[in-house]
Amino acid sequence: MADNKQAQAPEPDVTPYASDSSLSTISKATYFKEAALRNLFLLCACVAVAGVGLIFLFVGLKGWPIFEKVGVWQFLTGATWYPTKGSFGILPLIVNSLLAMAGALVLGAPLAIGTAVFLSEVASPRLRELVRPAVELLAGIPSVVYGFFGLVLLRPIIARLFGGLGFGLFTVWLILAVMILPTIAALTEDALRSVPEGIREASYAMGATKWQTIWRVLLPAAKIGIIDAIILGMGRAIGETMAVVMVAGNARVIPDGIFKPFLTLTTVIVMDMPYASGDHRTALFGVAIILFIISMLFVASIRVISRFGKEMG
Amino acid sequence: MQSRERMDKRITNGVALGVIWLAALATVAALGTILVYVIVNGIGQLTPAFIFGWPHGVNMEGGIWPTIQATLYVTALAMLITTPIAVLAAVYLAEYAVQGRLVSTIRFAADSLASVPSIVMGLFGLALFVEGIGMGFSVIAAALALSFLLLPIIVRTTEEAIRAVPKYIRWGSYGLGASKWQTVSRIVLPSAMPRITTGVILAAGRAAGETAVVIYTMGTMINAPVSPLDPGRTMPVHLMLMAQEGINMPAAYGTALLLVLMVLGFNLTARYIGRRNRRMQG
Repeated sequence: MADNKQAQAPEPDVTPYASDSSLSTISKATYFKEAALRNLFLLCACVAVAGVGLIFLFVGLKGWPIFEKVGVWQFLTGATWYPTKGSFGILPLIVNSLLAMAGALVLGAPLAIGTAVFLSEVASPRLRELVRPAVELLAGIPSVVYGFFGLVLLRPIIARLFGGLGFGLFTVWLILAVMILPTIAALTEDALRSVPEGIREASYAMGATKWQTIWRVLLPAAKIGIIDAIILGMGRAIGETMAVVMVAGNARVIPDGIFKPFLTLTTVIVMDMPYASGDHRTALFGVAIILFIISMLFVASIRVISRFGKEMG
Repeated sequence: MQSRERMDKRITNGVALGVIWLAALATVAALGTILVYVIVNGIGQLTPAFIFGWPHGVNMEGGIWPTIQATLYVTALAMLITTPIAVLAAVYLAEYAVQGRLVSTIRFAADSLASVPSIVMGLFGLALFVEGIGMGFSVIAAALALSFLLLPIIVRTTEEAIRAVPKYIRWGSYGLGASKWQTVSRIVLPSAMPRITTGVILAAGRAAGETAVVIYTMGTMINAPVSPLDPGRTMPVHLMLMAQEGINMPAAYGTALLLVLMVLGFNLTARYIGRRNRRMQG
């Protein structure tokens, strides 16, 4: 404590030279204080690591018995999810989640990349100041509001156009496409902006049109960033819960059409959690740990791709 | 020959740029449709009786005040827990860290946390805070679970804010004999403060709109929480339950509008702070 007070005094006895290389010339008190603070900050940064560990540990612990009982492979590839009758196969849920993600990507990614190109290359500064906040606001709207919007506006329209109740893959695609749009658009715009101005100028100087520059020069140059953006969008789509649960209809089958209700990895947890007990509840935690692993695989693949990109470039 | 090629080139260019314009237009239209729809249908609901009243009966007649209180409470508590840790973590990553295995592990962990599906975070909160530690469904359990969700968001925006502070300002400080901590606390953080605040406010918007995390950590009981150990139902959970069960749609529209207004408010505040800051620096 005494040391601390001395360090905070306005005029310390020793003149501190505070460049990193000459730490030995500063007073001991200052040195210890600096080192203590540094370690405190490091500790805060390690909270993120602890968080990942804790999630694995606690969700894993709750879910582990189901893997022991059914077997990991059986759990992943079993074709029926009928927990109240003791079948715990999540393959249909995985397939449905992938279907929902793929459709959202096909619809949302081109729109997002188009918007990003617009923001970075086409729009005048004034227009950009109008469109960019719109993208940011889309990112800020809570997922439950997206779900509600899909339920009360989109679902009836789709029911009228295509028959049925309006629940199903098609409705989920539309909602998810809009939800992943801001993620992909923001990161793609960053990637396009980090392409040096000189490259654009060189392309124009050779007589290329704006579109030729975008298509042949800028998009290839920003390729890695755009792939990262798309993978992050995929993670968003597969992890999205509340918006999907409100428009998916939640029937326990692989849907035989895009206007039929279905259940995914995330929505099964919301639907079953209120009444699940015993093995059923354990299985839901098992689903959660699978979801966690999937999302970490996406993050890891982004890392691998950017390292690969650095080596190439 | 050459002139036709040039024509083709111009036509392709025009068509492609038109498509890009359409994409941007569609994005703005999507936002516009959602906002207009929610506002038109919800605006009639926003009476003082709705905002400050309590819901009653199976049909949730009346107001939504306790859900507003619960939302604000859990958001504030989550921000109080997360902000100091996240800002200091960002200080470490931006100012102290040397590229190495430790730092790349921390970054990987932060990226992973940022992409954890919120439903997984909800079950995690249920397993650790609600059941493991025995907090029960409570505001504090929800705030702690939310803090893991918010941490990577605030770390990222704060780190960007710190990195945007010009190097020569630090050199000036070192040149006057300041220590590293003096430089960070009196020079770097104050200069980065407006951008840090912007990031924190945007994260608060995220917390206020989160459903999947709070439903498993705070429960669904309608209650105006006072102690951090009280349970409660937030606005997003209220909206979700009403919409799922199809009860009292007018109240659902009103809740949706209030939620959107809240997020809009957070966004505009963040934007205002950012703009004021730019003007001061320019």
